[in-house]
Amino acid sequence: MCLAYPGKVVSISGKEGLIDYGGIRKKARLDLVKVKKGDYVIVHTGFAIEKVDRKNALLTLKMIRETL
Amino acid sequence: MNFRDPALIKRLSKSIASEAKGLPEMKLMEVCGSHTQAVARFGLRKLLPENVKLVSGPGCPVCVTPSSEIAEAVWIAKKGAIVTTYGDLARVPSSLGSLFEAKAGGADVRVVYSIADAGEIARKNPGEKTVHVAIGFETTAQTTAAFLNSSPPKNFLVLNCHKWFLPAMDALLASRDLKIDGYICPGHVSTLVGSNAYRFLSEKYGVPQVVAGFEPLDVMLAVLMLVRQLNKGEAKVENEYIRVVKPEGNAKALGLMGETFGVGNAEWRGLGVINGSGMPFTRRFGHFDARYALKPKVSRGADMPNGCACANVLKGKTEPKDCRLFGRACTPEKPIGPCMVSVEGACHNALRFE
Repeated sequence: MCLAYPGKVVSISGKEGLIDYGGIRKKARLDLVKVKKGDYVIVHTGFAIEKVDRKNALLTLKMIRETL
Repeated sequence: MNFRDPALIKRLSKSIASEAKGLPEMKLMEVCGSHTQAVARFGLRKLLPENVKLVSGPGCPVCVTPSSEIAEAVWIAKKGAIVTTYGDLARVPSSLGSLFEAKAGGADVRVVYSIADAGEIARKNPGEKTVHVAIGFETTAQTTAAFLNSSPPKNFLVLNCHKWFLPAMDALLASRDLKIDGYICPGHVSTLVGSNAYRFLSEKYGVPQVVAGFEPLDVMLAVLMLVRQLNKGEAKVENEYIRVVKPEGNAKALGLMGETFGVGNAEWRGLGVINGSGMPFTRRFGHFDARYALKPKVSRGADMPNGCACANVLKGKTEPKDCRLFGRACTPEKPIGPCMVSVEGACHNALRFE
């Protein structure tokens, strides 16, 4: 149920955004987040629920490499 | 950016083994259906040493929705309303049968991907009532909150089965017959509540917790972080999923949740009534409440079929393979218990992948 996918905000129109999931594009509601075009979001049941922070994603991978 | 890098996963597996060497058996629990799926699908249990046990908890909303709530949905469908719901729930039996059985009998039951799709069905059918069966924890409840706060159609109602998740994590740790040494906290519930929200559990029970994402590297790193804490005798909340989860959560979504839902008690299949886990509508949204508007009358059915071990599977007390129905009488094609019905259920995943 809590399954959610990351995608990129391609355009915004009111409360809806067009999200690109690596080629497949589908609309999602943006009521729960503050985002702009180009941001990455996590989408759950048709609603973006949070932004994905690219810098922190890279930091996690760096952290894994460093702790091993 | 590859969170499925096989080389890194193998190295994490080795680090976990060396960190866990010589330690007593550790029982780590993941409490999110999407973690259950990731662990089984990527075969992560096989990458852990014998003394690190990874068990599934009550993180599958379809599994923990009690039979009485499903019976309410069937009752409403049989009275002639359009009933919308998320996938697997429609297959779970109740004292009045399942929603799909009601559909076979002529009721208008529709599976939707989003509450917004359910609202659209209501808009297109202004002469009828559309009732959305809203199950799920904070992750899904926030979408219900967002939708109800954006002028939904007047003929739209919600059968509210949402539940606050952290009280269930609290109840499991409080239960004396379970021994849980650490939690992998649900990544997407955490986007809303924030990683700080789990602190009280570590303080109260002395267990380490790690908020984790859903890729194989996320789960393996979370296990390593938990084993390291146990090795050092620490009990704190760490956040592995920093690319998505903030310490304080999502303020905008929390605001909408506060407008829409209060706190009550709720019944969980297999776990019984958990205080503080109910998510009743606030007075402002009471007129969307299908229970208030339609007053469904149902009797309590048996929550667990005869011989089904789901109640103990949901608490991490019994492994799916130890249920006598598992893989014999109970399969994904012909499920008996809810943990086999749902694609997020521990039994479904154990049989399909492990």
